[in-house]
Amino acid sequence: MSAQELGNEIYTLRVNGQSHPVKDAWIGESLLYVLRERLGLPGAKGACEQGECGSCTVVMDSQAVCSCLVMAAAAVDTEILTVEGLGENGSLTDIQQAFLVAGGVQCGFCTPGFIVAVHHLLDSNPEPSDDQIRESLSGNICRCTGYGRILEAVKIVISQRGTR
Amino acid sequence: MIDLLSEHPNASLLAGGTDLMVEVNLHGRQPQTVINLRRVEELHEWSYRPTQQSITIGSAVPYSVMETGKIAELVPALAQAARTVGSPQIRAAGTLGGNLGTCSPAGDSLPVLSALNAVIHLIGPQGTRDLPWGEFMLGVKKNALNSGEFVHSITVPVIQGWQGYAKVGTRNAMVIATASACLVRDTDEGLISIALGSVGPTIIRCSQAERWLRKTTSLRAGAQINADIAVEFGRRVSDEATPIDDHRSTAAYRRHCVAILAQRLLVRSLA
Repeated sequence: MSAQELGNEIYTLRVNGQSHPVKDAWIGESLLYVLRERLGLPGAKGACEQGECGSCTVVMDSQAVCSCLVMAAAAVDTEILTVEGLGENGSLTDIQQAFLVAGGVQCGFCTPGFIVAVHHLLDSNPEPSDDQIRESLSGNICRCTGYGRILEAVKIVISQRGTR
Repeated sequence: MIDLLSEHPNASLLAGGTDLMVEVNLHGRQPQTVINLRRVEELHEWSYRPTQQSITIGSAVPYSVMETGKIAELVPALAQAARTVGSPQIRAAGTLGGNLGTCSPAGDSLPVLSALNAVIHLIGPQGTRDLPWGEFMLGVKKNALNSGEFVHSITVPVIQGWQGYAKVGTRNAMVIATASACLVRDTDEGLISIALGSVGPTIIRCSQAERWLRKTTSLRAGAQINADIAVEFGRRVSDEATPIDDHRSTAAYRRHCVAILAQRLLVRSLA
């Protein structure tokens, strides 16, 4: 794929179970940019744009990744899940609800990345230990909460799901 | 793939994207042609050869695969180094091929490849060739890849004896090494090898300290070592480092770090 070819080409991304054509994109555009600016999905946030903060976290083929470090054109044929795709019919997920209950949200900028990362963690490991929670969220930076209430939120979800 | 690279010799190879996209996002790099390795299946595979006691890992296998499971069991130092790379998100994307292609002295996996005497398998228009680690890295972000050549896979031996990796940084997660070290003890051969990261233009293999240790003490299974020898080993290792002052640390602190890392790794290897 060269830039010239891609300039005229439409490629398709699978996001939240739907196919989205992407037109006239430059080859260097990140998945984060394409999601936000071309597909109207602003849930993933851009802060550091070098993979250090995790606010752009999405799930790609069952792996949590930083969408700022994914070249969008190279994400064809993958299944991408963003924070917009988690809840059904616009309602909050149990994870989002727990963040509200525990006060795991202050300015909110990092929150979508945390929500996606927690979703991915509990999908792959429904009963993580405290260390496993911390490790799995080590790529998401929050400057407001001090993390205590975020960890609290994750524990609320684990105990709710366990007693269901 | 080789034809594509010959046709576009300046193409950027894209595996995990954790280096290339930072260049694009923040440093104005504008790749004209990108070759995506996602669908090149053989680069995503790894295999264990029990008869040869070696593991061959495709250049596009992500670090998350090395952190646990069979690779971690057989090459624990590589698993430890993999676990210190960035964050879970980065480890799901980053690869050995990326560390080798970028060839930064701070590449977390590189001291492990050095201490294990890894062999790098290259493919290019002239065919394949195998380079020992010592001939691969030439300087800061410089390697022996020719135009149109790329890293296919890496073979590391499975060694009897303790091995470990340790790294100093400003915090636990998401950190580029201030200094790092990998120590491998081969109890069959009675050898210890140690390699350092982030303290010189290349990964530094401390062959003089290794030789001194071999002369001084037995390293076979069951051997004991006294504390003075471990301290002296650390001192000799740090003498072989050539660190600089930069935005991440000072040369003096890095020298101190590798002395302590070497001393600790040696003690752990004999525990």
